[in-house]
Parts: sequence; structure tokens; C-alpha cells
Amino acid sequence: MGIKVALAGNPNAGKTTLFNKLTGARQHVGNYPGVTVEKKEGNCSFNGSDLNITDLPGTYSLTAYTDEEVVARDFLADTRPRVINIADASNLERHLYLTVQLMEMGMPVIIALNMIDVANQRGISINHELLSERLGVPVVPTVARSGKGHKELLAETIRGLDNVPPRPIELSYGEDIDSALDEMTQIIEENSFLADFCNSRWTALKFLENDAHMISKGYEHDKTTTEALKKIVGRVEKHLLSTLNTSPEALIADHRYGYIKSVLLEDVLSYKVDNDRLFLSDKIDKVLTNRFLGPIIMLAILFGLYQFTFTYSELPVAWFENFFGWLGATASAVLPDGYLKSMVVSGIIDGVGGVMGFVPLIMFMFFGISILEDSGYLARVAYMLDRVLRVFGLHGSSVMAYIVSGGIAGGCAVPGVMATRTLRSRNEKLATLLTAPFMNCGAKMPVLALLIAAFFTESQSTLMFVFTLIAWCGALLIAKLFRMTVIRGESTPFVMELPPYRMPTFRGLLIHTWERTAQYIKKAGTVILAISILIWAIMTFPELPDSQVQSFEAQRSAVMVNYDQATIDMAALEDIQEESLSEAALQLKNDLTVINAKEAQTALKNSLAGRMGTALESVSQYAGFDWRTNIALVGGFAAKEVIVSALGTAYSLGEVDAEESSSLSETLSESPEWNKAVALALIIFTMFYAPCFVTVVCIVREAGSWKWGLFSMVFNTIFAYVLAVAVYQVALTLI
Amino acid sequence: MMNISLRQMKLDQAGTITAVKVGGYLGQRIREMGLIPGTKVRVHGRAPLKDPVALRVMGFTLTLRNNEADHIEVEVSG
Repeated sequence: MGIKVALAGNPNAGKTTLFNKLTGARQHVGNYPGVTVEKKEGNCSFNGSDLNITDLPGTYSLTAYTDEEVVARDFLADTRPRVINIADASNLERHLYLTVQLMEMGMPVIIALNMIDVANQRGISINHELLSERLGVPVVPTVARSGKGHKELLAETIRGLDNVPPRPIELSYGEDIDSALDEMTQIIEENSFLADFCNSRWTALKFLENDAHMISKGYEHDKTTTEALKKIVGRVEKHLLSTLNTSPEALIADHRYGYIKSVLLEDVLSYKVDNDRLFLSDKIDKVLTNRFLGPIIMLAILFGLYQFTFTYSELPVAWFENFFGWLGATASAVLPDGYLKSMVVSGIIDGVGGVMGFVPLIMFMFFGISILEDSGYLARVAYMLDRVLRVFGLHGSSVMAYIVSGGIAGGCAVPGVMATRTLRSRNEKLATLLTAPFMNCGAKMPVLALLIAAFFTESQSTLMFVFTLIAWCGALLIAKLFRMTVIRGESTPFVMELPPYRMPTFRGLLIHTWERTAQYIKKAGTVILAISILIWAIMTFPELPDSQVQSFEAQRSAVMVNYDQATIDMAALEDIQEESLSEAALQLKNDLTVINAKEAQTALKNSLAGRMGTALESVSQYAGFDWRTNIALVGGFAAKEVIVSALGTAYSLGEVDAEESSSLSETLSESPEWNKAVALALIIFTMFYAPCFVTVVCIVREAGSWKWGLFSMVFNTIFAYVLAVAVYQVALTLI
Repeated sequence: MMNISLRQMKLDQAGTITAVKVGGYLGQRIREMGLIPGTKVRVHGRAPLKDPVALRVMGFTLTLRNNEADHIEVEVSG
């Protein structure tokens, strides 16, 4: 099994870099049960010992206010690992706040005094031997990036394994708290209250800190003792409020910092230069967060990220498409006609191809986002945009998910939803990932282009811009609505560190990118394959009754009798240039195409999707949609561009390529059921209705429950329907 | 010397925290970042829309919103 080791530390302490260095590629990324916090594990061997390392989520504290903290704390209490505590040497005072809490829990702590080189450059010198002596734990100076000090760190980690675990540190938090702690500790020990979780003084401390997680654990375990403890806490709270106008929480924090100050005083920490001077990072900030330049540069950088993701991934996306196109063609040539062929080609290969088609996009986006995140710029984006997005109950970082999803028209909601992973606050993250799919992604563009080309030829580019604006307004307003109703709750505090700018390491970027892409392929792949087969099935079954198939067969025979065998053979050839066909063969081929398209239309109408479309007409007529549009929209759940091809089939045009839809746009503009009002309503509906199922699967993953995936399907469709009906009815009166 | 709320501090003005008057999650976040009575802070910058504010504390930069800064009392000279 190996020696259990946990890495703990503040965000930006260099924890992940150290983890990657120690474990290399031997890591496993999963989730802690019930929450969306990532659990990273890896192995490493040193001097013949095997170490099983868990990278805990970065936290500043071990309270119970965030999932990350609860997860880290539960892991420590349950597995009692040796803890490598990574502390930033140039920020030692604050980083030791977590160390003190680890020691209060009685964990065997080894401090990695990280980025000691940066600290030295900044004129900070630290006497780590004295620090180690005063804290009573090993302290090893390290540079996680270069690997300096790693051997010593591992050696300290495995040293003294057989010793008794250290006694928890007992700080004094002032007379009032100390005496309450003594009293509570006695009660806890007498009742062996939560004895298997952590030491009794720590449990008492958590009660005094008003730790909701511990208190509810207490209620489950032993109600009487919990209430006895709460009574003491209430008494102390009241006393402190009346005498010192403060709370136990505040006093405990003050004393922890007081202890840290006394440890660092005299000879441990000294500054050769003024600690307050401007470093390079601050100089960069003077420009990048400048009142006027800052927002302009930020827009340019976000636009650059967008360009990077969608331009550079074009080529690999095309490779994937060509490969799956070739695979589909090969399969159709090899397999005999029938259900199997249809399912393999249209269901499995198209489905898997669809999933894999997103892979280059996701890789490029995460590579770009990792650069922004690792360099420290992402925190500045949040800082600059917070004031605007807070109005809608969102977070400064939400803007990235929106832009990637199609905030600049043509993005994709799949990587967009995954980009919300950078948001640490749950409510804001949920609101962002539920509304990001409203943006005009690349798959909605062909639909918009088709309808605009058919009905609004005069003002195409203006309209595209207007629809982009409508998407933003829709997303922000619905986010606000969600934050006032289903995701109600105080906005998460913005108390956040602006980390110094750092050059990202290439290795780190590659590891991040690969991790996230692999997760997408693994988790989303299986579900998506199943759903794409399902969608294929509802658009195929039930098949036309034999009588109808025979009637189309008869029509074809009726046409063919007029031609000789050579012409028939020539017309049956695929992949042949029209010019090289004889006139008769061309005529025959066209006639047959019309009949085949008619058959495809009848078959689609007869399928389950077609029947759904027809049945929905009674509802959808208020938005101006007939059964053909309904079928297309049902198909659009597979991928929004399917709307175009399904409309093509429903209008018996045979196969319509989403990129080349001029024949369809002519048909629509001449069709009596269509007018500007219908077109507008359909555009609005397409923008806002249920996200494609790949996006839904990603929403489920990021939100941590199927409930939110289902919610987004149902809510978005109802919302889109109401909007579309309103648009249609108003437009009708204006036209 | 006088006591003002952190929100009222001007750019580059320095001061010493005298009280943090909030509990719960926000109070916890503020305290764990080292914003406790006795800590020296300096206003490092403000976002383009004047909110949030960036502070320099114990050698690192910290951001918080104006309405969060309201809970923090600072002693400044003059």
C-alpha cells in the first residue's frame, strides 16, 4: 500500500508543481464522493519506500466553509497521513496559518519552505533550522520547479515513521477561551464524543469556531453532549461580546497569528530590504490592471484565447472529421445493408466522431486557460470584471466560460462549461455553467446563417451581431434570475490573493491539458455514445411499413423502365462528376434522387422523432413551427447543426450539408409556411432551448448531479418556447 | 491618528487594522488572510470600476470588495 502522504498548502503555494514533480505521470485524478472537488493521487518511491501521495485541494484554513476545506480535513482525520505542508517562503506568515491548524489537529507535519529562491531574491532570509526548532517539526527549503530540496523533503517524510504520532500543539487563545476549552475537553473525553475523528481539544476548538460541519456531525453522534457543548459556547460568545466586543472565532484567529508572529520574531525571518517595495510583478500590474489600459489589454487577451482555441484547433478537428468520415464510408462499403450498418455508421461512428471532434477544442482551450491560470493573469481578470458580473450574481471569472461558449459567436459550450472549473465558488459556478450554453456556439451558426440568408438578406452581419448581444443579455439576466431563485445565496466573498506573475512551466501546462482532456474522453465518452445511439434510433424507428417501401420501389422501377441497362448502371455509379454522365443518365439520376428524398422524408415523418414532431405541432404552432421544424429541433438535441440537415430531409431535399445550405434556404424562403416571423422565432428558440446532450453531460459532470442537467434541459426549453411564442406573435402583428 | 473604514482609504495610503467587525464565512476569509487587528495594510490599487480594492498585506497582494472592506476598521495617521 505504501506510506500515506498528503500535500497540504494554500492555493498558489506551488503544491501542484511539487505533486507533478514527485509523482510524474503516475497519477490518478478522480472526485471526492459527493462533491466536485478533484482528488489527485500518485505514487513515488524513494530509498526503497513506496509513497502514496494525495494532493489535497488548496486551502487557507481547515474550517468548514467550503467543500475543499471539508474534504481536506476529513481526509486528514480519516487516513491520518504524514503531511507535507507547502508554504511559500516569501509569504511565510500567512502560510503558517494553515500549518498551525494542521498542528492543532495533531498531524505529523513536514514543512516544505517553497520558492526559497524567490524569497532570497526579494531580500528575505529565513533561518529554517531555528524555525524547525521553534515549531518542533522538520522544515526543508525547496524549489518545487527545479526539484531542489525534494530528496531532503522525502527523506524527512519517511524518517521516524515508527515514532509515536506527535502530540497536538496546544496554543493559548486567551483566558476565556482556554478555560472553556478545558471544560469542553473534559466533557468530550468523558463521553468519548467523536473520539475516532480527531483529538478532543480540537473538537472543542471547532465548536467554539462555530463549525457547522462538526456540529452536525456531533448531532448525529451524540445529541446530549453536542447540546452541552453548545451551551458552553453560547456562554463564552455572550461573555466575549459584552466584555471585548468580539467573538470566539476572531479571538482564536488572532491568537494563531500571535503565535506565528512570536515564532517568526527574532532571527527566524529578516528582511534585507523594505518589504513594501515594488517588485517586477507589481510593475506589470501597474499596466495590466491600469484603469484604461487594463480592460483593453484584457479584451485583447480574451479574444486571443478565443482565436487560439478555435483557429488552431481547426486543423486537428478536420483530421478527426476526415478520419471518422473515412471510417463511416469504409463501414458502409464493408457492412451489408440493414439495421447493423445503419446503427454502426449513423449511430456509433457518427456518435463517437461527435465526441472526439470536441477533443482538439478542449485541449487547446485548457492549454490556453492553463497559461492564464498558471501565470496569475486569471485572478486579474476576475479582479477587473468583478464589479460588472457581481450585479448578475456571477463572479469575475465567469466571463471566460461565456466567451469560450460563444460569447464571441462561434465558440462551443462543451469546453465553455468545462471552463467553469476555474470558479471556486459554488453558486457562481452553477449560475455560469447553466447559462453559458445560451451563447451562440459554432453549431448554432449554420442554423442562424441559413435563416438569415433566407429571410433577412439585407442586413446579415448586423443581425449576427444583434443575436450575439441577445445571447449575452439572455445569459446574464437568466443568471440573475437563477441567483434570486434556484441558486439563491449570498455572493461568495471576493477575499482573494492576487498571486505574483509567474512564468508557467511547459510540463505543468501539458499535464493540466492532458488531465482534463482524458477526463472528458473517459467520463463523457460512454454516456454520449449511448445517447447518440438512442437519438439515431428515434430518428430511424419505426421504419416505413412494407407497403410504402414497395410503393417507392415501384416508383423507381417505373422511372427506370424508360432507360436501357447501360444508362441505369451509369446513373448508379457513385462519386462521378455530373458532367461525365450522359444526358439520359443524368436525367435518371435526378429523378431517382427526388424519389429517394421523398422516401427519406416519409420515413423520417414515420419515425418516433417524426411522430413526436407531429404530436408537438399542437403546442409549437403558437411559435409558428410545423412538424418539420419540430423534428429538426428534436434532432438538434444531438448537435445543433443537425437542425439544418434534418430540415433538409424533412423538406425532402435529400442530404443537406450544414455548410452548404443554399438550396434549403431557397426552399424555405419560397415555402408558404415560412415567413420572417417564423424565422425569427426559430432563431430565438434555437439559441435558448435545451443544450445539446454533450453539453448536458458536461453540465452534469461539473455541477455534480443529474438534477442540474435535467433542469437545464427542461428550463431552457420552456424558456425558449415562451420567448419564441412571444417573438412570433409580436412579429406577426408587425409584418 | 484616526479610525476610518478600510473603504475610505486612499490609493497608497497605509494604516493598521484595529477591528474586523464581521463573523461567518466572510469574517473567516478575512481573518485567515491575515487581516486581523495589528496588521499593517496599504492600498495597492483599485479595479478599473473602483471596486474591488487591492491591498498590500504582509508582503502579498489581496483583493476584496468595497462592501467587504466596510467591516474592517483601520487606524491611519492624519
